[in-house]
Amino acid sequence: MNSKKKGMTLVTKQRAAGWAFLTPATLMIAIMSFYPMFRAFILSLQTGTGKNMKFTGISNYTRILADKVFQKSIGNTFLYLIIQVPIMLILAILLAQLLNNRDLKLKGFFRTCVFLPCATSLVSYALIFRSLFATDGLINSVLVNLHILDQGYNFLGNSGSAKIVIIIALVWRWTGYNMVFYLSALQNIEYSVYEAAKIDGANGWKTFWGITVPLLRPTIIMTFIMSINGTLQLFDESVNLTKGGPANSTITMSHYIYNTCFINVPNFGYAAAMSFLVFIMVAVLAFINLKVGDTRD
Amino acid sequence: MTEKKNKSAIQRRLVPTYVFLTIVSLISVFPLYWMISAATNTSTEVSRGRILPGTHFMENFRNLTAQQPLWRALGNSFFYAILTTVVCLLVCSIAGYGFEIYHDKAKDRLFSILLLAMMVPQVATMVPLFQMFSKAKLLNTAVGFILPMISTPFMIMMFRQNARAFPIDIIEAARIDGLNEVQIFFRMFFPTMRSTYAAAGVITFMNAWNSYLWPKVIMTDNKSLTMPMLIANLITGYVTDYGMLMCGVLFCSIPTMVVFFVLQKQFAEGITGAVK
Repeated sequence: MNSKKKGMTLVTKQRAAGWAFLTPATLMIAIMSFYPMFRAFILSLQTGTGKNMKFTGISNYTRILADKVFQKSIGNTFLYLIIQVPIMLILAILLAQLLNNRDLKLKGFFRTCVFLPCATSLVSYALIFRSLFATDGLINSVLVNLHILDQGYNFLGNSGSAKIVIIIALVWRWTGYNMVFYLSALQNIEYSVYEAAKIDGANGWKTFWGITVPLLRPTIIMTFIMSINGTLQLFDESVNLTKGGPANSTITMSHYIYNTCFINVPNFGYAAAMSFLVFIMVAVLAFINLKVGDTRD
Repeated sequence: MTEKKNKSAIQRRLVPTYVFLTIVSLISVFPLYWMISAATNTSTEVSRGRILPGTHFMENFRNLTAQQPLWRALGNSFFYAILTTVVCLLVCSIAGYGFEIYHDKAKDRLFSILLLAMMVPQVATMVPLFQMFSKAKLLNTAVGFILPMISTPFMIMMFRQNARAFPIDIIEAARIDGLNEVQIFFRMFFPTMRSTYAAAGVITFMNAWNSYLWPKVIMTDNKSLTMPMLIANLITGYVTDYGMLMCGVLFCSIPTMVVFFVLQKQFAEGITGAVK
C-alpha cells in the first residue's frame, strides 16, 4: 500500500517534470508568435497612431484593393516565387544527384564549393551582387572590355534586369542550401537501386526523372514549402540589392510593409492588414502543398 | 587489367559531370573571392574591373572605422548571437526532450499547435512586438534582440527527433539510482547529445548573426547597431566606395565563414536536422 502510493507520486512527479520542461519554450512561442499574430489581426481592424487607435472595420483591407504599390509587391514576390524556386530546386536536385555518384572524385571539394554561398549573410550577398551588377561594376566592365556593350548597362536601374539580378542572386545563395537536403535524402536511398537501373540500361536522364525525383518526393515537397515561406518573406535582398527600385519594380511585400511602418508616414493598422494577408498566403500555399504531396499513395 | 580499363572508362564518362561541377563551383566561389579582393583595392580599381588582390586593405579599413563604429557593431553582433545561441539551445533542447521522453496525447497535440508558428511571417509579428517591446523598455537591449529568437519550432523539432535515439534504459537506470528528472536531463541527455547541440548551435548562431529585419526594427540607437545593419549603412550615400564596402562585408562574413569551414558537417546536419 505504502510502496504503491510512493510509486504514484513518482509518476506524478515525472509527469510534472515533463510539463515543466515544455513550459518555457511553449510560453515563448505563445508570447512571441501567437499573441503578436492575434494583436496584428486586431491592429489590422484599427486606424490611427500611437494610443489613439480606433476600430474601422475592414477599411484597411479594402485599401489594399486600391494600393498599386502593394499589388506590385505581391506581383514581384510571386514572380520570384514562380521563376526562381523551380530553377533553384531543379538545379539543387541535379547537383545532389551528380554528387551522390560513388565514382566521382573530389566530391567533398565540389560539395563545399556549392554549399559555400550559405556562409554569407543575406545582407552581405545582397551587397556583393549589388556591387557586381552596378553600372560601374565588374559584370559591366567585363562586358565592355569584351565589346559586347559600348558602355555600362544600368542593370539595377531597369525594372526587367533588376528583377533578373535578384533572381540570379537568390539562386546563387540558396541552391547549395537546398542541395544539402537532397544529398542527405539521397544518401538514405540504397545505392543498389541506382546500380540496378544502370544494369537495366537507364541513362542519367532516365534515372534522374525515373528514380531520383520520385524517391525524393517528400524532400522536394518540404523544400518547396520552405522556399515558398522564405520567398513570401523576402526582405534583405529587396532592401539592400535594389532598394526596391527602380520605381518599386522589385519591392517585396515585406519590404513594403516595413516601409509602411517605419519609413513613410507610419501606419501600423494598414501594415498589419497587409501582413495578415501575407500570413494567409503562406498558410494557404503550405496547405495546398501538403495536400498535393499527400496524393502519392 | 579489365578493371583498370573499366575505371578509366567510368571516369571518361564522368567528364561532362566534372566540367559542369567545376563551372558551378566557380560561380559559387567567385563572388566571395571577389569580395575579398575588392576589400584590398581602391574603389576606382574595383570599378575598372580589377579582380586581383591589391594593397589597399589598410586604407579601406581605416576609412571604414572612421565612418562606422565597426568594433562596437562586431562586439554587439557577437554578444547577441552567442547569447541567443546559449539560451535557445537550453530552452529548445529541454522542450524537445520533454516532448519526446514524456510524450502523451496532450503533449503531442500541443506540439502540433506549436508547429503552426512556423507559418507566422516575421513581418506580421514585427509591429505588435515592436509595440510590446517599446512599452516594456526593451528597445536597444540584448534581451529585446534575443526574445523572439530563443524558441523556434524548428529547433524544438530537431531536439525532439534526436531525443528519439536516446535509450530509455539509461533514464530508467538513472531513476533507480535516485537521480531526479532535471538531473537526468543535465547529466545523461546533455553529454550524450553533444553532436546535436553542435549542429543546432551552428545554425542558431548563423541565424542570429545574419538576422536583419528584427534588429533593424528594435535597434533604433546607433550604439546597438549590428554588423548586417552597419554594412547596409554603407550604401546610403550617392557614391559607393566599393573598397570600403567590401571591407565591411568581409568583416561581417568572417565569423560565419570560419564557422562554416570549421563546422561544415555540423552546419549541414543543423540545416537538415529537424527533418530526418
